[in-house]
Amino acid sequence: MNTPEKVENLSPADQKIMDAFLEEHQLFFGPDFEQMQNHRLEIRTAREEEAIAKINDPHLLNQVRGRVQSAMAESFRMIEQMGSAPGAKWGDLVVGIFTASGDLSDCSPFGMTTFSAVCQYPIKFCNKYWSKDSTVGLRNGDGFIHNDPRYGGVHGTDQSMMMPVFHKGELVCWVSSTIHEGENGACEPGGMPARAESKFDEGLKMSPLRIVENYEIKRDILTFLQNSVRDPKLQYEDVKVKMFAVMRTIDRVRSVIDEYGADALIAFLRKNLEDTETEIRRRLSELPDGIVRFPSWADSSLREPCLIKLNFELHKKGDKATLSIKGSSPQMSNRTINNVVASTKSFLLTGIMQQIWPDLPRNQAIISAFDFESDYPSMMDSDYDATLSMSVSSAFHYLIKPGQVFNKLMYSVPLDAKSRITPVVAAQYNQPATFVYGGLTQHFEVTGNFCADINGAGQGARENRDGLHSLSGCFSFMSDTGEQELLEEELPMVRLVSQSLAKDRMGFGKFRGGAGYEQMMSAKGTEMWGFMTGQTGSSFSSCPGLFGGYSSSAYPICRVKGINVFEWLKKSGNPDRFPFDIVELMNQQPIEGGRYTADDAGITFELTTEGEIYMICQGGGGGYGDVLERDPEMVMQDVLENLVSHEVASNLFKVVYDKTTRRVDVEATKQARDAERKARIARGKPFKEFVKTWNKPTPPENIPYYGSWGDNNVIYAGVGATRITMTADKMKTIMMLDPKDVKMAQLEARIAELEGKGK
Amino acid sequence: MKVLITEYLRIDLDTEKWECRNCNHVIGPARELYKEGLLVHHRDPREIHPSLLDPKKYAKTFSPDPEWCAILEYYCPGCGTLVEAEYTVPGHPPVRDLEIDVDALKVQWSKRKEEKVHVAAGDGSPPPLRRQHHGHSH
Repeated sequence: MNTPEKVENLSPADQKIMDAFLEEHQLFFGPDFEQMQNHRLEIRTAREEEAIAKINDPHLLNQVRGRVQSAMAESFRMIEQMGSAPGAKWGDLVVGIFTASGDLSDCSPFGMTTFSAVCQYPIKFCNKYWSKDSTVGLRNGDGFIHNDPRYGGVHGTDQSMMMPVFHKGELVCWVSSTIHEGENGACEPGGMPARAESKFDEGLKMSPLRIVENYEIKRDILTFLQNSVRDPKLQYEDVKVKMFAVMRTIDRVRSVIDEYGADALIAFLRKNLEDTETEIRRRLSELPDGIVRFPSWADSSLREPCLIKLNFELHKKGDKATLSIKGSSPQMSNRTINNVVASTKSFLLTGIMQQIWPDLPRNQAIISAFDFESDYPSMMDSDYDATLSMSVSSAFHYLIKPGQVFNKLMYSVPLDAKSRITPVVAAQYNQPATFVYGGLTQHFEVTGNFCADINGAGQGARENRDGLHSLSGCFSFMSDTGEQELLEEELPMVRLVSQSLAKDRMGFGKFRGGAGYEQMMSAKGTEMWGFMTGQTGSSFSSCPGLFGGYSSSAYPICRVKGINVFEWLKKSGNPDRFPFDIVELMNQQPIEGGRYTADDAGITFELTTEGEIYMICQGGGGGYGDVLERDPEMVMQDVLENLVSHEVASNLFKVVYDKTTRRVDVEATKQARDAERKARIARGKPFKEFVKTWNKPTPPENIPYYGSWGDNNVIYAGVGATRITMTADKMKTIMMLDPKDVKMAQLEARIAELEGKGK
Repeated sequence: MKVLITEYLRIDLDTEKWECRNCNHVIGPARELYKEGLLVHHRDPREIHPSLLDPKKYAKTFSPDPEWCAILEYYCPGCGTLVEAEYTVPGHPPVRDLEIDVDALKVQWSKRKEEKVHVAAGDGSPPPLRRQHHGHSH
């Protein structure tokens, strides 16, 4: 933190001298706490006032908007075509443009808006600190690189290139590009180490750093970066790709200035923000006033099973609204699923934009229009010592929360209101379900990264139709899952099952969520390889339904270890015995001598040998509405498409039909559904009677629990006798025990017990 | 005037009551939590999300763990419609998920026409009913 605390008993004059002295003699330019907590727009500058006074024709500003947006779309495609990282190839990137003050004004129409929304923080850092520092400065042709989320970012895999744009010596805007690069030299390959215990295990940590001068990459700094990661080729290529993409955008911006003048550009960048904020407030005023709450629970820290409360409330009145995450889990300092609050807010921004108002400009005003409340320090508003490398595991909960709360207010708004821009939709699957990998490739290159399957999440059901299967990542609607053949060309991995839709695992309802897909991964042709996964949601469903719709299921990771499936498949008859289906393979166990396991879906990096099988599912979307209202013919179609089983069709949807012909017995189905409705009434208890026995004063003693229970101000942390209770305003950070130490202590206790019995 | 709040709930602004949209059952005062007028059942999540893997062989089966995850199903007492499915931790107090400011709602709707039928934004057409003979298409 750069703000010195006040010293008591100093006169105002002495205090002023001391403040000035300290400002001049900064020991360390760490993240700026005040800057990182502030999601509001910067104050309109005199230069912006002047530009807006001169250029106030909305049609002209709209022309400028079109030109700038097409420039960013072009640069996005450039990166997609040239980028080396898997994330670059399949859409996990973005190009953004910022005001001179650093507010995100717009970004490319595809890709990860979240990246740009957090990128404004390092830009503001450059403006505040480096622009005034004689050893750094800001000049035309400079490019700053950054990946440390403590200065604004999601996690250390994401590298941004940020370049200031000068016109006649005046800073008129900033342009950036960000890619999920993956490998960053962390304690586990691939850039998202779940095993990291501190920020020093997370790998490369770039505070905003000038790597480009006069549009040329400084080779000494690039070499340092290449030495800091496992994939120097990727690091080299993507720094260049990001720089040239930004330079292309800058060329286009200059052509806008040439044609319309700098005032038009400056006026557009500022008005785009102010108009968006005004429109958000106008739309908020169309919604009913009220409070909507939606807590959710993650069921793992990615190192140990535990229930982690991730709270969320929307308080809306008139044209104002507050987003509150108070009552959420304390910070687990030595676990990787913490978030700096700038990141949390950027995920909320993305959720609001994707699920509620996708027609708005993709900029900072979408979140700056809201008030925000959190407890500090906590898991979603962590301090700068927290570990953050798998922040997405908890943050993805906040991508779908806007949909869960806004839709409860949005549904009632008349159809002709501007705020009803998209159908009400249940949650898209919200966990980073993919393989992170690392090792030596068949081309004898060391690498580490993640698979684009993270972009194959099933969409939530909509109020008027089913969700789409494996649509995209919940964080970016315009992203793809990649081509298996390309992956196998570069990496020593074979998918025995690549993208087979997972039966019975989406959220059921009047409309069902889209399915995710199964995959079976195996290493082949490598001397050293390993996998990691970062999903939670194996014990507690992660992806909720809406208005009576159910969540999607729970998802473990399944493994068959101690075998070589490729050798096994060579034996006569075995290919016919191999079920290309996770459930059948695990239940039938056809490969003799294999160790078959189904565990929490988050595993730290482990080495594998050729032919061992690792299996995960992309999750399905949440369901919408009562299952008994689903058209029986649509259930039959799902049976035909192998999306739901006969058991689910009969037992849950209560469809009576001929299992051979799938002909529905309409009358019998009606009777079965009527009977189920009566059964519900018979088994349901009046609310007040139910809560008398249901409500418990504290979380279950035997479950490690983190966060509030009934009262947002009372926070629990831990299990059994070691559980602590604290108030939200005096939240302590938590250090978790090493799971191996816990296991050893259990085993030692067991040994002592057995030895005692033997005496 | 009645305002359609969710798929199954509406508020009668004149009587200030929550009502079921399927059977017109009067659920309870609109200034209170709608859940208080519904029937609640603690549903074992394994009944909804079947154990796909053999529970005798595996601890994780694609089914939520009932010690960690419970489903509270809220039914309309009049018609048995499943109004809400709340996933929670066993013993956690039901969430007060929706509190509407009824006075503000009255002011808001004093300038609006009553909508008896809800139509999804951007698409007034009914959901497409796929036909069986199209076969496997994904």
